[in-house]
Amino acid sequence: MQKHVIDPKSVPGWGIDADPENDPTYPMKPHRTDLEEQGYNWERPTQQPIDVEILHSNERPNVTAVFGTASPPQGLSGIIRRWAFRWSENEYNHWLPLILADRVNVVEGVLEDLAHGKFPNIWKEKGYNASWKHDRTSLILRLSAFTAVTAGLVLWLTSGDDDKGSRKKKKNKKKARYYDENEYYADDRYYDENQY
Amino acid sequence: MLAMDYRGPKRVRVTQKPMPEIKHPEDAIVRVTRSCICGSDLHLYNGNVPDTRVGTTFGHEFVGEVVEIGSEVTKLKVGDHVIVPFNISCGKCHFCKQGLYGNCHESNPMATAVGAIYGYSHTAGGFHGGQAEYVRVPYANLNPTVIPPGMDLDDAVLLTDVVPTGYQAAEMAGIQPGNTVVVFGAGPVGIMAAKSAWLFGAGRVIVLDKEDYRLEFVRNYAPCEAYNFEKDMQDPVLFIKKITDWMGADCVIDAVGAEASGDVMQTITGRKLLLQAGSATAIHWAINSVKKGGIVSVVGVYGPTDNLVPIGNVLNKGLTIRGNQTAVKRHLPRLIEHVMNGVIKPKEIITHRIPLEDIADGYRMFSDKLDNCIKPVLMMPTAR
Ligand SMILES: [Zn+2]
Ligand SMILES: [Zn+2]
Repeated sequence: MQKHVIDPKSVPGWGIDADPENDPTYPMKPHRTDLEEQGYNWERPTQQPIDVEILHSNERPNVTAVFGTASPPQGLSGIIRRWAFRWSENEYNHWLPLILADRVNVVEGVLEDLAHGKFPNIWKEKGYNASWKHDRTSLILRLSAFTAVTAGLVLWLTSGDDDKGSRKKKKNKKKARYYDENEYYADDRYYDENQY
Repeated sequence: MLAMDYRGPKRVRVTQKPMPEIKHPEDAIVRVTRSCICGSDLHLYNGNVPDTRVGTTFGHEFVGEVVEIGSEVTKLKVGDHVIVPFNISCGKCHFCKQGLYGNCHESNPMATAVGAIYGYSHTAGGFHGGQAEYVRVPYANLNPTVIPPGMDLDDAVLLTDVVPTGYQAAEMAGIQPGNTVVVFGAGPVGIMAAKSAWLFGAGRVIVLDKEDYRLEFVRNYAPCEAYNFEKDMQDPVLFIKKITDWMGADCVIDAVGAEASGDVMQTITGRKLLLQAGSATAIHWAINSVKKGGIVSVVGVYGPTDNLVPIGNVLNKGLTIRGNQTAVKRHLPRLIEHVMNGVIKPKEIITHRIPLEDIADGYRMFSDKLDNCIKPVLMMPTAR
């Protein structure tokens, strides 16, 4: 393996921000003055009027001077979120219910759409137009895997034959596992990585 | 106004939403002229960030024109065209006073561990983001920075996050002249981190990713050595040891975060079951491939609380680990200078322009890495 394939000095701007005093403790070190002894005691900005329900972390005594009001808690997801905020950011009891609430919230969103006479355009919202254009084969694979599993489940659920029940169950389990793996590989190829 | 609307994992659309209003005397309303989809938006898009509520608008990378200001805004006026850092910071609290603008204590009531970020779930403050025609910008006296005359808006919008984050990643890596720097991830931030490593005097820059088109891109842009960890090697850690005279890199930058691939266990526990704060593959590799006594710099986004990280090796190897949400405002003066002098050319990483109305397709393309997408920019109907 060849080393130093690039001569650093040929790179535009090389070393432009190098500083022999560069210490990887910025900005803590130069600022470690009496400032940090003051604690929770600065001249606070004007308080934004609290006219919506704001759940604040119990690791602070108050609501911040400014906050976002994007989607105040409501419905069942709101109840779960309120409960979650009784726990500190250090607890699973805080984060896991929030993830659960997010899932509940998705269903609430669909119901809300339907209540407004709007049927969500899943194909469009999932951006399948782009997949159709640039990645048709795996979109078809993914959708047919989904269809196969759904059809299998429907067949199994609607089958009334008790004798065959256990065998069918096994068969479907196998199918489901196949689907999971498939989904996993598909996902791995797509979503993964990067992205800071 | 038109705005992006989150409906659930991998489901987004554009809807008519009410115009944002001044809610605090230091607020401004900005008409968005450029907005990006960021790699970290994908964690939201995939439903991996807790408290991502249906109905919110994402987008923390945007520039725009000030159309309205609150009664206490003195440093901006209507008509100014501004770069808006992705962090919302007050400038008055304990942390802002130390220049830690990513850690402001007066912007995000929902969590103390993370500062406020536009359009980044309620865990980051519950603010609507800039993937919309208009957006509310709090603390307008502090954060927005007027775009210098002559600067391209495409360059400007990348100064809201991507460039400063790559730059701070290199800064936090404590690079000394001649050091070997490894960057995990050749997404937009990894590309900028590799580029910035040279500015701090690196002697050798090595980038690892699994997408050939991104490796090709970073090799030309940064420029650097770039390898495919799926094709060129069996074990990235062993590979780095080998090519660094069996010592390890002096500095390693994690520009990947929670959705790393490359390890089945991490994928299952971190990305599928959400039992830990995302897949910790990249940070594992970073800790294990850095030299003893070396520095690991983390700008990859991980979820809150528990993570399966080889912390024992941090002690055994005497490592320094640094990470933060980037203090964009602190870097802007220097980076504006670099852009104006042509040392950094941010807009060259923009590969796609997507109308706001087609945002779902934009997320899908970026997320699935279709059509060799590196960085997509959204085109607002009001700014076309
Ligand atoms: Zn970003
Ligand atoms: Zn602050």
